[in-house]
Amino acid sequence: MSTPQATLPGSAAKVGPPLWLLLELTYRCPLQCVFCYNPVDFAAVENELTTEEWIRVLREARALGSVQLGLSGGEPLLRDDVEAITAEAHALGYYANLITSGVGLTHERLTELKKAGLDHIQLSFQDSTRELNDFLSHTRTFELKRRCAEWIKSHGYPMVLNCVIHRLNIDHLDTIIDMAVRMGADYLELANTQYYSWAHLNREHLLPSREQLQRAEQTTRAWRERLQGKMRIFFVVPDYYEERPKRCANGWGTTLMTIAPDGTALPCHTARMLPGLDFPNVRERSLHDAWFHSDGFNRFRGQGWMKEPCASCPEREKDLGGCRCQAYLLAHDASATDPVCSKSPHHHLVVAAVERAQQTRTPEAPLIFRRRESSRMLIERQSSSAAVTNQALASTE
Amino acid sequence: MTPADRPSIRAGFRLQWEGVQNAYVLLYPEGMVKLNSSAAEILRRCDGARTVEEIVADLEAAFERSGLRDDVVHFLALASQQGWIGTNVGEP
Repeated sequence: MSTPQATLPGSAAKVGPPLWLLLELTYRCPLQCVFCYNPVDFAAVENELTTEEWIRVLREARALGSVQLGLSGGEPLLRDDVEAITAEAHALGYYANLITSGVGLTHERLTELKKAGLDHIQLSFQDSTRELNDFLSHTRTFELKRRCAEWIKSHGYPMVLNCVIHRLNIDHLDTIIDMAVRMGADYLELANTQYYSWAHLNREHLLPSREQLQRAEQTTRAWRERLQGKMRIFFVVPDYYEERPKRCANGWGTTLMTIAPDGTALPCHTARMLPGLDFPNVRERSLHDAWFHSDGFNRFRGQGWMKEPCASCPEREKDLGGCRCQAYLLAHDASATDPVCSKSPHHHLVVAAVERAQQTRTPEAPLIFRRRESSRMLIERQSSSAAVTNQALASTE
Repeated sequence: MTPADRPSIRAGFRLQWEGVQNAYVLLYPEGMVKLNSSAAEILRRCDGARTVEEIVADLEAAFERSGLRDDVVHFLALASQQGWIGTNVGEP
């Protein structure tokens, strides 16, 4: 097999293969999590790829070198072809990870998925208490998730539990870790919410205080010592509390390719929000063409697109300017320096959000749950504000 | 790890040749390690049947070299610490 390589315009950097393929099989989800990273306008996305189309995506991506596969959503198990997609993935040599809330998982489906060659299941929890789990997801799913965890273990899967951490549950960390240990998890991901999409809308409710975060890190350290590697714990700090920005999905267009439910190919699952980028659709272009030659994937590859302070920064190679979505959401410019960076002219916005998080107060705006109706309302609001802007522009001309 | 132990790749991990990367990789839940050729040659022999002693002898024969023991034992310790291998099949 030859190695597919491409060279960036005006740069000698080689583009490597999309080692990670993330298939967002659907945006439909029975849960309504307030921190969901699916697009806020997900209700506008219809026309999901068919089983045959997903299988074609798997084949083309495998030929490009994709090997780690995430089957995600929404809730992927709402589709009845996850078993067929998994079987094809396994035959092609992927390491197949199912990323699920557990809703739709049954003993029968687990048996079928195991037979199809599924390698691993990541089960999400919202909290260690039924009350908060069910409140945050706006569903009664706590008991179901506990049952799923037992089934996953009994089928001999390595189990990764994922709990998204934020202001409302971070003080329960000790019991969350304890629950994961009792369930026999092999890995526990304590991923602090990052502020995109629904989490960005709800940021004032979700960003923890510095004190909460420090306590959580202490708790995690204490458990790590106690467990001696028996269960591995990953603790991801929110970007807002980091000193330096992080690479965008390990570097834009370097490692990850996400395929959205309608076939849009993206360099990361949130990149769809960025305006002015033409992301290819796998219904119209081959994955090879999408990965190597599309405007969407090439736009922020390498360093040629950088402005100051990134362009002359000695750390630009390390962080590649940080996250493009964070730049867009905070600085309203997708090619700006990630405002998390202390050198960014927009860094004060992050500082202000962090400062507000130190106060004990109830935000004025209510929590917005990730529902179809809220999504539709947000789409309307977006298009009406765009119309107002257009009108204003027209009247000044 | 003692010379009589029989190391094997742990459940949930998979060693696989990747043509596009021109390397063996070790795949695990949501992760991957690209292996250099000596690491790959050692891990390929961790089949739960061969002892550490036999793995060393096998590698020395295959590569017509002697004195590989320290390197092999050092790597196996590292791999075990990383959780890639265990000494009993199905070990938690």
